[in-house]
Amino acid sequence: MGGGITLNDFLVLSLIIFSLGLVTVLTRRNAIGILMGVELILNSANINYLAFAYYGGGKYDGQIFAIFVIMLAAAEAVIGLAVVLAIYQNFKTIDVDAAETLRG
Amino acid sequence: MDLGNLASLKHFIPEMILVAGVLAIVLIDLAVRDKSRLGALALIAAAASLLAIGLEPALSGAWLFHRMLVFDSFAIYFRTLIALAAVVAIWMSIGSKEVKSCDQGEYYAILLASTFAMFLMAESANLLMAYLALEFVSLTSYILTGFLRHNRRSLEAALKYLIYGGVASGTMIYGMSWIFGITGSLDFSVINKALSTPGHLPVLAVFIALVLILTGMGYKVASVPFHMWAPDVYTGAPIPITTFLAIGSKAAGFALLTRFFFPAISHLAAGGSWTALAGVDWPQLLLFVCIITMTLGNLAALQQTNMKRLLAYSSIAQAGYALMGFVVLSNDGIRAMLFYLFAYYVMDAGAFMVVMIVANSTGREDVDAYRGLAWRGGIVPAVALTIFLFSLTGIPLTVGFIGKFYLLAAAIRGQFYILAIVGILNSVVSLYYYLKPIRLMFFEQPRGDEGTVRFEAWNYSLMGVLACATIVFGVYWSPIISFANRSLSFFTGPA
Repeated sequence: MGGGITLNDFLVLSLIIFSLGLVTVLTRRNAIGILMGVELILNSANINYLAFAYYGGGKYDGQIFAIFVIMLAAAEAVIGLAVVLAIYQNFKTIDVDAAETLRG
Repeated sequence: MDLGNLASLKHFIPEMILVAGVLAIVLIDLAVRDKSRLGALALIAAAASLLAIGLEPALSGAWLFHRMLVFDSFAIYFRTLIALAAVVAIWMSIGSKEVKSCDQGEYYAILLASTFAMFLMAESANLLMAYLALEFVSLTSYILTGFLRHNRRSLEAALKYLIYGGVASGTMIYGMSWIFGITGSLDFSVINKALSTPGHLPVLAVFIALVLILTGMGYKVASVPFHMWAPDVYTGAPIPITTFLAIGSKAAGFALLTRFFFPAISHLAAGGSWTALAGVDWPQLLLFVCIITMTLGNLAALQQTNMKRLLAYSSIAQAGYALMGFVVLSNDGIRAMLFYLFAYYVMDAGAFMVVMIVANSTGREDVDAYRGLAWRGGIVPAVALTIFLFSLTGIPLTVGFIGKFYLLAAAIRGQFYILAIVGILNSVVSLYYYLKPIRLMFFEQPRGDEGTVRFEAWNYSLMGVLACATIVFGVYWSPIISFANRSLSFFTGPA
């Protein structure tokens, strides 16, 4: 355990990143910006898993979970960007408000 | 029983059939020029998997793949329901005009892969497996929703689905990480043991973690406040996919929700009553979610003019009804919920089938396209839609009535009188918008610009089967309720 950093520090850090991610998703109107916000949320969870696994000791469940999250984040980014690209070809914009036809 | 990788395969045959179907479709798609038979191949794979579930050896329960999945009668019920949903979705895809122009090989391969993922969701016994399965379902659903690549509505729906889904599942794993930190494990039965050990449990942290997890699972079943994606996605997606999301994805969501909130974090006393964790009052929270879900779904449906959107809000309301069985925290309630999900499968699939038949002939999905449907060649779909909508309302002699009856009975027996009253009031409200298309179809004359509805043997046959099932199971429902009864046992390991 180095330099007096405790589990709590990691949890606070992950909470801050999680909140930043949520704020990004809620305030951005650019589709790629929103996807980056989602990425922040996923990484905040990763920090939690690693911190809990490190300070909990013993098994590797937390590390494995984090690896899977990274992998799935990549898969989600692939599909997300493919959809955004198709949206751009059809709407000529990636602003989510401008691309809104379904309402009500 | 804790089975290793090879020993588990014996209980994994339905899933393996689906995977074999996916691989076969991908390979044949590369080799053959005529893609028109790929749908039939997918249909055979889904039906074979359904058959394999029926032929599965009786077993009280086991962990598969080193405790990643659990094999028990609860999983059998949901896998049956999901396989049935896949059969309907593939059948509709074959008869759909919209899907004809798409890449057939990719479409059916992804549809089968999505079914496979939903199976895993119904069986997961570990938070990691639950997340992977849920995300697998989501990723395949995004692709299927946006499959009409040149259709603006389809793409917009895919983008909205993706954004809401990404946030919901991200929030869910953040909540799961807290559960992991508190209990030190991802395994459902270890979590249960850790949480039920008396001691200083951080009650507030557990409650917040459960709320966060509910975000991800509530998004899959489209309950308020995570329902916003549903109307847009249901409207934009191709109709067979809308149906698949409405019945399959929702059933898988309910399976995971039940498996997490009952065997993983609640305690089952002898006699079939569950108790929530002391100090963590999630049933109270879900009571509000349930009441708001049904009310909001029904009120928003009142002013819809697009049939798919109307059915989307109706399916939100139906999810609210099914949640009633969840809130009462008893085996009675779970049984009622299982039965209601079956009833919902039959009637909602049927309603979407009629929407597709009308859209195939006229290219329209708005409610006005149904004006005088009975008098311009569509008397059979008009009668069928009437049956399905009556059943969705909960009118006697239909399966929807029996389903609602069980739910209300469970609510009253659990002394949740407010829930029962709200449920009945909501049924009355829903009658208004369900009757609107019926009135248009029978009591108004066509204006002449609606077009005629052609006879399509393929689509009519499935519509007929679903309409008959709605009536038959509304009169003779004992096979389903006894199936639901048998499915109430969760395998949680040796006591």
